[in-house]
Amino acid sequence: MESDSNKIIDSFTQGDYKFGFITDIETDMAPKGLNEDIIRFISAKKNEPEFMLEFRLKAYRHWLTMKMPGWANLKIAPIDFQDIIYYAAPKKKKQLSGLDEVDPELLDTFNKLGISLEEQKKLSGVAVDAVMDSVSVKTTFSDTLSKQGIIFCSFSEAVQKHPDLVKQYMGTVVPYTDNFFATLNSAVFTDGSFCFIPKGVRCPVELSTYFRINAANTGQFERTLIIAEEGAYVSYMEGCTAPQRDKNQLHAAIVEIIALKDASVKYSTVQNWYPGNKKGEGGIFNFVTKRGICKGNNSKISWTQVETGSAITWKYPSCILLGDNSVGEFYSVAVTNNMQQADTGTKMQHLGKNTKSTIISKGISAGHGNNSYRGLVRIAKNAVNSRNYSQCDSLLLGNKCGAHTFPYIQVENKSSIVEHEATTSKISEDQLFYCQQRGIGMESAIGLIVNGYAKEVLKQLPMEFAVEAQKLLSISLEGSVG
Amino acid sequence: MATEVKEIITKERMIALFEKHRKEIFKNDPEPVSRLRQRAFDSFAELGFPNNRMEEWRNTDLKEWLGKTYDYHFRPLPGMDALKIFRCNIPHLDTAIIGQINGWYVSKDVPLIRLGNGMILGSLAQAFKEYPEIIGLHYGKYTGIGKNGLTDLNTAFAQDGIFIYVPDNVHSPKPIQLINVIQHDENIFLQSRNLILLGKNARLSLVHCDDSYNHQASFSNIVTEVHLDEGAFLDHYKLQNLNNNSTLISNTEFQLEKDAELVSNFITLNGGMLRNNTSVLFNGPHGTANIYGLYLMDRKQHIDNHVYVDHASPDCTSVESFKGIMDESSTGVFNGHVFVRKDAQKTNATQSNRNILLTDTAKIYSKPFLEIYADDVKCGHGSTTGQLDTESMFYLMQRGIGPESARMLLMFAFANEIVGKISIPELRFRIEDMVKKRLQGELQICEQCVLHCSTPEHPMEFDIDMSKV
Repeated sequence: MESDSNKIIDSFTQGDYKFGFITDIETDMAPKGLNEDIIRFISAKKNEPEFMLEFRLKAYRHWLTMKMPGWANLKIAPIDFQDIIYYAAPKKKKQLSGLDEVDPELLDTFNKLGISLEEQKKLSGVAVDAVMDSVSVKTTFSDTLSKQGIIFCSFSEAVQKHPDLVKQYMGTVVPYTDNFFATLNSAVFTDGSFCFIPKGVRCPVELSTYFRINAANTGQFERTLIIAEEGAYVSYMEGCTAPQRDKNQLHAAIVEIIALKDASVKYSTVQNWYPGNKKGEGGIFNFVTKRGICKGNNSKISWTQVETGSAITWKYPSCILLGDNSVGEFYSVAVTNNMQQADTGTKMQHLGKNTKSTIISKGISAGHGNNSYRGLVRIAKNAVNSRNYSQCDSLLLGNKCGAHTFPYIQVENKSSIVEHEATTSKISEDQLFYCQQRGIGMESAIGLIVNGYAKEVLKQLPMEFAVEAQKLLSISLEGSVG
Repeated sequence: MATEVKEIITKERMIALFEKHRKEIFKNDPEPVSRLRQRAFDSFAELGFPNNRMEEWRNTDLKEWLGKTYDYHFRPLPGMDALKIFRCNIPHLDTAIIGQINGWYVSKDVPLIRLGNGMILGSLAQAFKEYPEIIGLHYGKYTGIGKNGLTDLNTAFAQDGIFIYVPDNVHSPKPIQLINVIQHDENIFLQSRNLILLGKNARLSLVHCDDSYNHQASFSNIVTEVHLDEGAFLDHYKLQNLNNNSTLISNTEFQLEKDAELVSNFITLNGGMLRNNTSVLFNGPHGTANIYGLYLMDRKQHIDNHVYVDHASPDCTSVESFKGIMDESSTGVFNGHVFVRKDAQKTNATQSNRNILLTDTAKIYSKPFLEIYADDVKCGHGSTTGQLDTESMFYLMQRGIGPESARMLLMFAFANEIVGKISIPELRFRIEDMVKKRLQGELQICEQCVLHCSTPEHPMEFDIDMSKV
């Protein structure tokens, strides 16, 4: 049985990346390197108003004073920030007016990824914003949405059409001084999604952004801003893939969420950037700052993430629970295999009264992967009667991987309750035995147990995504587990 | 002059002191110790004192405490009535008491006691002279150099402390009680060093008390190295009851060889700023370490427990359980770190930290870390912070127990989970009593307390008005 399970684990760790193809498409690129001219170039390319350029330059000047943080439990090869192309866009011939005019190569790319822009629009009722190499390619459904007053468009478009909203909210949750990668993003971000749900509106469809890195030697820096006004609701999904290349590529994104009184935002991610090959060559460095603020009373922000890709993941989707009775949630499944490393978790800052947060984190380590949960739960003095429950479990497949838990808990008043628990173990031999005894093969049994282990998180995903996430887990298990 | 008076502690001052008193500091050293001292000093000169920009010291700021003025003595002070001071014995417990005043071993003319069974107890400075081969084998091996500035400072400066040696296959017939009393008319900075060695299959119970005798401020930087050879068993208690102006940095390094077993209990009842750095290294398979802690803090007291367990060998078991009750404006920090190395299969490690906050000004920082590089392990941790359970309160009050008594009862029950682990009954009785007094706010520092408390004949009682039941 020992050798059997080794074989299975081997094939598990050697599952192939399905999205590694490259699209041959003409790309408009900035020269390599980073300086004020590049930032001015990006800003000019995007025809941005003056305040945006100022914001970028302020961030850039601050970035120059910062050092790359070394506290995460990650081994990161030095990154040469001058060896990156900070702007790459599929060349557009003219302004697009309909889907018919989108480059067929591009549509084909998204079709291959299973994101058929056309079909999705018609069948699944999901509004998609597709972003390729930092630039939004096409947003579907936006006309229907606009009838309800919902704005869902690319960030660049928002800057052009709704500069007041952008100016009012951008950088309020993640200030440009926040951290090394957020500051870098603030200086050079090229596009992303913008979403505004007006007062009292329940967004009728799932909003979705699909990110794709295509060009070589580029970094992807996108920025997403979601604003839910009083009583609004939105469910937002994000997916990402990248081609197979043997050089590391940098992805440093920012997501900001603002939930006003009684608003509710659900943000789901299936992250499947190229993880590098079995020797740890190539892959995406994924350094992402995601943060939401529950500004008004009774507001809610829920993060769900399935992290299967990237060579390095450094990501802490967080909630600032400012409004009284506000709720923060974080559900995460993180898989690391081969040479992948992940240091991920959340921060729950309880500031308002009666605030509640739940953290469920499931780590799966295989191959030489290292998976760390790092989280902060802080109950401030005035956050009376607050409640937190955290559960962080780790599953180890194979004896060369690592699973780590670094929770930080701070409680500053007497009426709040904070609970944290975590376990780390390998797949239970009893469970395997039980399954096999009932005629379930070893491979299926492991698949079954892994899926059951992650189920608590997967069930939080919107239906369309849950299917993709489950598929993703089984792709990782392909060849070994049915 | 072997005393330096009234200065604040800075890196520069310590460097100057070391150079000035070099002759005095090095005078008892065998060759390996003096070499180690110099290396530790060089390392300290580089590292300096920890500050709260360091991850390990983020929630504990030494600035205020280092900023007081302290005297530093390079020789013990004369004229102390040791017998009067060491009246803090435990009723009905037959122990061998060894005493320290301000970190110096109190000799009564016999600096090293040799027992018939081969055990050696006494002054470390004397052991430097008489047993250089044992010292050379163990001294400084478990702390290492360059791990943290304070330990290096101790290695560089420490002149005396306690030396305990239990030879192979010897079971210490009675517990050893080690009492370190701080007593000086001025503020004092002291650094003592203890070395405790248990041979193969040796057994020892050690009660280690830190007390202060007046209200003068003190800063103690104490390092204790403990080595448990194959199959050895150590039952270790650390009882901290210092005044509110005391700073105590206690570094304890345990190394366990194959089949060794450690039980350690940290009971912190009072003190100004206390930091316990405990680290355990499993250097051989089948080791067991149970590390318990209880802290009851109030006023502006600060307690910081750091526990690092290094599972470097397979088949070892570690249990950490720390509980605290925080009152008024006190601050509690727990940082547990279980590190399971690549080949440490079949490791079993649990970690638990539970806290009760009684006021809105008390604070808790809890960081139970797990870092695991082996797959066939069972590791878990839990941390909770909250209040007394309202349902339990209701249950008790419904049965006619007043709110104050009910509260006391529940708090005592909470603390008793740790106190109940104490395997020496007499000691348990006394600590139960001290905990009870502490919870009622009656426990003061040594001069009023710890003596003649409850005895097995006079068990503790809760003030429950039975007439109302």
